[in-house]
Parts: sequence; C-alpha cells; structure tokens
Amino acid sequence: MIGIVRFPGTNCDRDVAQWVHEQGDSYKFLWHLDRVADLSSFDALILPGGFSYGDYLRSGALAARSPVMASVREYAERGGAVLGICNGFQVLVESHLLPGALVRNENLRFIDDWVELETVSERGPWGENLAASPPTLRLPIAHGEGRFYASDSELNRLEERQQVWLRYVDNPNGSRNNIAGVLNEKGNVAGLMPHPERAIFSWMGSQDGRRFFARGGTKSHAGRG
Amino acid sequence: MKQSVQPSMKQKFGVRIMPREVILDTQGRAVEQTLRLEGYPPIGVRVGKYVELELEGPPDEARSTAEKIAQTLLHNPLIETFILETKE
Repeated sequence: MIGIVRFPGTNCDRDVAQWVHEQGDSYKFLWHLDRVADLSSFDALILPGGFSYGDYLRSGALAARSPVMASVREYAERGGAVLGICNGFQVLVESHLLPGALVRNENLRFIDDWVELETVSERGPWGENLAASPPTLRLPIAHGEGRFYASDSELNRLEERQQVWLRYVDNPNGSRNNIAGVLNEKGNVAGLMPHPERAIFSWMGSQDGRRFFARGGTKSHAGRG
Repeated sequence: MKQSVQPSMKQKFGVRIMPREVILDTQGRAVEQTLRLEGYPPIGVRVGKYVELELEGPPDEARSTAEKIAQTLLHNPLIETFILETKE
C-alpha cells in the first residue's frame, strides 16, 4: 500500500495513483490536515506535483509546515521510503528532508518539455531499477521553479555522499551540477523535478516512468531501515 | 503609585526578504532587461519581497516572535536573507 499525500493545490495525485495502480500496488490518499500517528503500514509515501497552497511565499514552503508533514517526517526518520515529484520535491526540500533549494528557472520560463536523464546513484528505493540498462531515461518536466541550488560546499558534500540521484543530460533550467533529483543521506527519501507518472504508456511518449518500480511494486522496500 | 493601564498592545513589523547575492536573481534580471529596452542606462535591479506582521503583546516579546517567524518560515536561509524592522 502506497500513501499519496494531497495538499490544497496538488494536481498530479490522480496520475500518481494511476502510476502506482499500473505497477500492481494499491494506494490511499492522505490529506494535508491528517496528523496520522502511525504510517508504518505503508510501503512508501509519494508527494505528487502541483501547486500546493498556491505556491504562496515559496514553492512548497507552506505545505512543508502542514500537519501531515510531521507524520511524513516521522515515517522518513524511521527509514520509510518517501518520494517527492516536482512540487512534492519542493515540499521535501522545504521540510529539510532533502538538501538544497529549488528556485526559479534560469530562463524565467515555465518549461514544459521532455528531458533525458542519467541515473547517477543506484541508492534508494527507486534507484536500483533505474540503474539497469538503458543508461538514460526520458521523462517530461513541467515547472517554473526547478533550478536546483545548493552552496559549493553543500554540492561537494552531496557528490561525495552519493546523494545526487539524477542528472539532466542537457540542463533545461540552470540547476547546479545538472541535478534533477537528489537523495537524503540515508537514501530512503528521494525527490525529482521530472514526472515519471506522466510516462507510463507508449502513447504518452515514453514508458520510462515504469522503471522506478521493482517488479512486484515497492513492497520489497517495506520498513527498510 | 499610579497604576499603569495596559492598553492592548499591537506592534507592526516589516520583513524585507532578498535573494542572496550568490543566487542569480532571474526576476531582477528580467526587470533590468526591460529597463534597458526602455532606454535606461544599465541599472542593477534585484527583486525581493516584503511581509508585514502585526503582533500583540509586550514590544520585546513581539519582536522576538517576529524574528522567529522571519527566521523559520518567511525566509529560506539557503537562498534568501532578511531584515526585520519595527514599524510606527
């Protein structure tokens, strides 16, 4: 069972549910006001994309302070698998569950396009399948604030500790070190700007989104750590 | 001794939030480019935001609360700096 976290303004929740369903997993939606005492029955939590709280103040900043995020934090601290996609990534960064910050694209445009990604690290619940051949992934992006920023020293630390998960082959937004996705230090929390849930059928343009899940879903990762 | 009457104390604060110098300020750059198109000589422009807070309670407490709010929520220290000012 996968928990899908919804905030006011989340708009990729149904797509993520479909993605999970296609992999043979079941799912349950969690609401931003839910302060769930124990999420341990979930195999993983996913924070979908959208515009949580209207992107007010900073993308993800207000959602990061919502009651459900206290539950997500406890779940992550116990080693549970957490994935943030696009705005979900921004929420995880603002929650300090992932390093760095996501700022406005260098070219000021909202970019809606396909990108080629290379998998840098095999760590994490979603990493090991991606590292298998072919070496690159094709996924769509759709964001205005996806430029990954971290200070020089932080970037070095991320590279040394293998926390860089995915890199753009051709950097679309000015992200430092071409970073498209990162992991926390333990590797159980992951975030990426591209949308794997929008690449699951050939008519979508790519099926590479399916590669994130192990055969049989994420169950093999339950309670890891 | 005169008994001091405590009116309900309200204090306004302003929080100026600016992108850090090391961060490329894309909004500032866009405004700058437009100004150039309008014929102005090169002008340095940076765009930040301004938040007003109205807090109740003794001034010292209110100020430290405002400071805490600015520190923990209103700005992201990785990418922004802030200046807290007391108003009125």
